[in-house]
Amino acid sequence: MAEEKMKADRMWVTMGPQHPFSHGLWTLRVEVDGEIITDAEPEVGYLHRGWEKECENRTYAKIIPMADRLCYSASMTWSHLFCKVAEEALDIEVPERAQYLRVVADEICRIQSHLMWLAAVGTDVGNLTIFLWALREREFILDLNVRLCGQRLTTNYPRIGGVRNDMPYYFERDCMRAIERFEKSLWDIIKLTDESSIFVGRMKGIGYITRKDVANYGITGPAMRGCGVDYDIRRDDPYDAYGEMDFEVPVLKEGDAYSRYMIRIEEMFQSCEIIRQAMKKLESIPKTAPYRLKVPKCIPEGTHMARIEDPRGEGLMYLVSDGSESPYRLKVRSPVFVNVSASKHMVEGVRIADIPAIMAMIDMCLGETDR
Amino acid sequence: MSEDANIIEKPSRDDIVSLVKAEFGDKVTFTESTKKNIRAINEGRRLFMKADREVIYDLCKYLHDKLNFEHASAVTGVDWVDHMQVVYHITNYLTSMVVEITVDVPNDDLHVPSVALIWEGANWHERETYELFGIVFDGHPKLERLLTPKSYEFYPFRKSYKLRGQE
Repeated sequence: MAEEKMKADRMWVTMGPQHPFSHGLWTLRVEVDGEIITDAEPEVGYLHRGWEKECENRTYAKIIPMADRLCYSASMTWSHLFCKVAEEALDIEVPERAQYLRVVADEICRIQSHLMWLAAVGTDVGNLTIFLWALREREFILDLNVRLCGQRLTTNYPRIGGVRNDMPYYFERDCMRAIERFEKSLWDIIKLTDESSIFVGRMKGIGYITRKDVANYGITGPAMRGCGVDYDIRRDDPYDAYGEMDFEVPVLKEGDAYSRYMIRIEEMFQSCEIIRQAMKKLESIPKTAPYRLKVPKCIPEGTHMARIEDPRGEGLMYLVSDGSESPYRLKVRSPVFVNVSASKHMVEGVRIADIPAIMAMIDMCLGETDR
Repeated sequence: MSEDANIIEKPSRDDIVSLVKAEFGDKVTFTESTKKNIRAINEGRRLFMKADREVIYDLCKYLHDKLNFEHASAVTGVDWVDHMQVVYHITNYLTSMVVEITVDVPNDDLHVPSVALIWEGANWHERETYELFGIVFDGHPKLERLLTPKSYEFYPFRKSYKLRGQE
């Protein structure tokens, strides 16, 4: 009887689809007992457009710009992943120059994606200055995208068998300048965040996940490395030129929202380091070396799988080809899709006011979640 | 990582093949990739299996409990018109080994045991496969439509559902 009464005191609150914390169209239904959350149920699907089915109707070359649209802030990694799975199907390795160019573009993409996330975190936990500073820095990084790929966000840069174009003149100089400038201003941002007691206080000690649970729930990416799993596909299952890169994978054991924040900040520094190494390597490869292979239009029959480290976690594509110009089936494994399914376990036991800080660490992107 | 003493934390490719063969006999068959230029395959980080429907739950449990495959990367379906197929991608964090298991499901009996109780991460993947292909995962904690509206009575990713221009 007492338990029933306790249950009657509880109430379901629907947060979303239009809510400042949601960063897109999705709903988090939470059951509250006063201020404490006792149960939660994420609801997605508002943006489901049958992306995988649409691909069955298109030729392989036409899917590359579509893959860009899976996530606007990590467009390069998604089109890169699609090209990887197509290259695996054709059983080819791309030229060395293209491999390094892809690494550079990937890391530029990672930095700008993390900066977009940092801006969103700033507004979520009530520090609007971070929003402005992060987006200002992001523009300088996006300028590199414009120089290299011709677009700010949906770059459409990789091609099956290489990349679309080589570096433009003086790109190396511009890139080095931008990276150097960015590292300095990242330290400024860190001063702004870490010395702000509101910012740190709202993230520390909430949203704990253990090492065992994080593997079981399938959480990947910075959220996983913030919980003590030492795993990064770039290092442990290297693709393209990442095998030759020397970089550190930040791992923290705390497992709360603040550690996930720290991981992403450290990853931006590591990305700068990777870009530097790749640029140095590109110097030693002659400019006349090929950056793209000629590939057939049709992909031979079979099943193929490739995976990649997206800024948000593990991206995986599974391609079934039937020898024609378009795929028979293309499956996308989106990291956010799985991370958000574990949000129930992250928010149980915390207060309603903590939800924005915890959910911000997932780095929500609905385009790839709903597909 | 479990406290179980029998667990092999870093099983090599040969370990997995021999142990799974000893445990499941001819219910699980291995296929070799013919690709030559793919780094992950050359370095032995991929393994392709084909399993019978009856043993898939036990196989997954064995991989998870004994061979330390902690992470289910993806579960998906493929419509081969004359039958359906469920494809599992399962990862070991310590060796980066990805095991691909395919299970054939006949069209007139679309049931597969659910692995969502082994890996919580497979939960939404199975719900998605259910709503898009109509494959029922027995024992799933909450098998409801996730991305499409609850009122849908068709399965949009089947080959019988034609897109505009395909008819």
